[in-house]
Amino acid sequence: MDNSSPTPTQDSPAQSDSIALETRDLSLWYGDFQALFNVTVEIKHGIITGLIGPSGCGKTTLLRCFNRVNERYGYVTTTGEMRVLDKNIYDEDVNILELRKSVGMVFQRPNPLPISIYDNVIFGMRVHADKGQYKKADYDEAVEVALKEVFLWDDVKDMLKKKATGLQLEQQQKLCIARLLPLKPKVILMDEPCSALDAEGTEAIEDLMSNLRGKYTMVIVTHNMAQARRASDECLFMLMGKLIEHGDTSQLFLNPKEKDTENYVEGRYG
Amino acid sequence: MFQETPLIQKKNRQQTIARTIFMIMAVLAIIPLITIFIYLFYKGSPALSWEFVSEFPRRRMTEGGIFPAILGTFYMVALSLIIATPIGVLAAVYLNEYAGNNWFTRIVNLAVVNLAGVPSIVHALFGLGTFVMFMNGPCLLAASLTLAIMTLPVIIASTKQALEAVPMSFREASWNLGASKWQTIRTLVLPNSFSGILTGIILQVSRAAGETAPIMFTGALYFRKQLPDSIFDQSMALSMHLYTVATQGSQIPEKIQFGTAIVLLGLVLIINAASISLRVYFRSRKKW
Repeated sequence: MDNSSPTPTQDSPAQSDSIALETRDLSLWYGDFQALFNVTVEIKHGIITGLIGPSGCGKTTLLRCFNRVNERYGYVTTTGEMRVLDKNIYDEDVNILELRKSVGMVFQRPNPLPISIYDNVIFGMRVHADKGQYKKADYDEAVEVALKEVFLWDDVKDMLKKKATGLQLEQQQKLCIARLLPLKPKVILMDEPCSALDAEGTEAIEDLMSNLRGKYTMVIVTHNMAQARRASDECLFMLMGKLIEHGDTSQLFLNPKEKDTENYVEGRYG
Repeated sequence: MFQETPLIQKKNRQQTIARTIFMIMAVLAIIPLITIFIYLFYKGSPALSWEFVSEFPRRRMTEGGIFPAILGTFYMVALSLIIATPIGVLAAVYLNEYAGNNWFTRIVNLAVVNLAGVPSIVHALFGLGTFVMFMNGPCLLAASLTLAIMTLPVIIASTKQALEAVPMSFREASWNLGASKWQTIRTLVLPNSFSGILTGIILQVSRAAGETAPIMFTGALYFRKQLPDSIFDQSMALSMHLYTVATQGSQIPEKIQFGTAIVLLGLVLIINAASISLRVYFRSRKKW
């Protein structure tokens, strides 16, 4: 594995002060159950932000707010503001299909579509293209670029027409990341992307995340604290639907400001 | 050590008894089927010939073939499918993919389940009261519409089942790439549920072909010298013909009755076999 890239905490070339994701007083209910309490947070552009906290703390719920995917899960009501690239995504003129094009999502369980590897990568391009907008050469190029970016090209370049569901889990997850890239997303949301993978697969995904760092804003939900520490620049710690602490990963793990954070990162609960 | 104890012997005896009972029931279940087959072939095979399936009945159905009945059944079933399939499949897609979980969908779903259990004679009376009245008399179209009404809820139910079998993760992946629901349905859901949908439809073919009650008041008749000219003509039909030759007229030789039954059963079996092989073929092609 290529590990020559510097660890995120030492060096932050893409770190700028521009804010990619922002919530203000965001509260969310599933029916009568309140899952988020007045979350106000700013997530910087181009870095990897880890979302940590014990099960049921609302981190996945918060992640799903960023592309409004929560709306599909039953009776969800939201209050407060949710801004992506400084645009309130609950504004009436926001089209949900366009939003999801810019804010991609990677799931816990790799979910490649039951079509060829090639078709998986260009699926997003196709659904957003007008008839005849792209030539075959455009698709070919997009596939190669995307697969190279996730370090999958060498593995699959001779089997692009094979079904993606036949790949190994690690390759499937890479493919699921690769298929977001032709859409030129600004934000990639990852919901425990490594929990179905073994240690080697986890390392590979973390490698490719650091490769994508700078180009995309990444938010990763993880249960694995070691992973949050290794792979993220900043961390959000959540507990019982509330945002407890937000800071540089090293600072949050070494000198947490809050007692709850300290107890959690030291493994006293969670 | 490890010797058989009285308790183990008792367990073994109970186990043997249980297995024997289950096996006897399994054998019992297939005995009627096998008996029917043997009986039918024993009695009916003398009637089977090319003439039997290709000629008209002669001498008050005591001689000749059953060609008009085969053709009539074919017309009725084909027409009923042409009517029921698009309505059923599209309705199921709506119910499964678009409709939210609200009172309207719940009522429609409840209606579908209950309609599937309505006896065919009730459908027949409905067909008589509506289609036949409306068209001024029984005809192929009225019979087909009645069959369509009968098969529709089952087609909806089986199509819904096929759609539900497509993993939710495919839809999630597609939606999260910004595909619309229709794009998702067209490129993922329908291609991956095609075999299941087809199987459900084909099974309704065999059901529609075998039913007598829905067509006997609405479009099938005992005997007719000509083939139907249009869908507004009446026609003979296999199941109706079987009912006729079996119950009316004592001069009709037994072999004609049983021969008709063999043809009807054979048709249904061929259709079912086709459905099963299609399913096997499509299943072998999809992987997840």
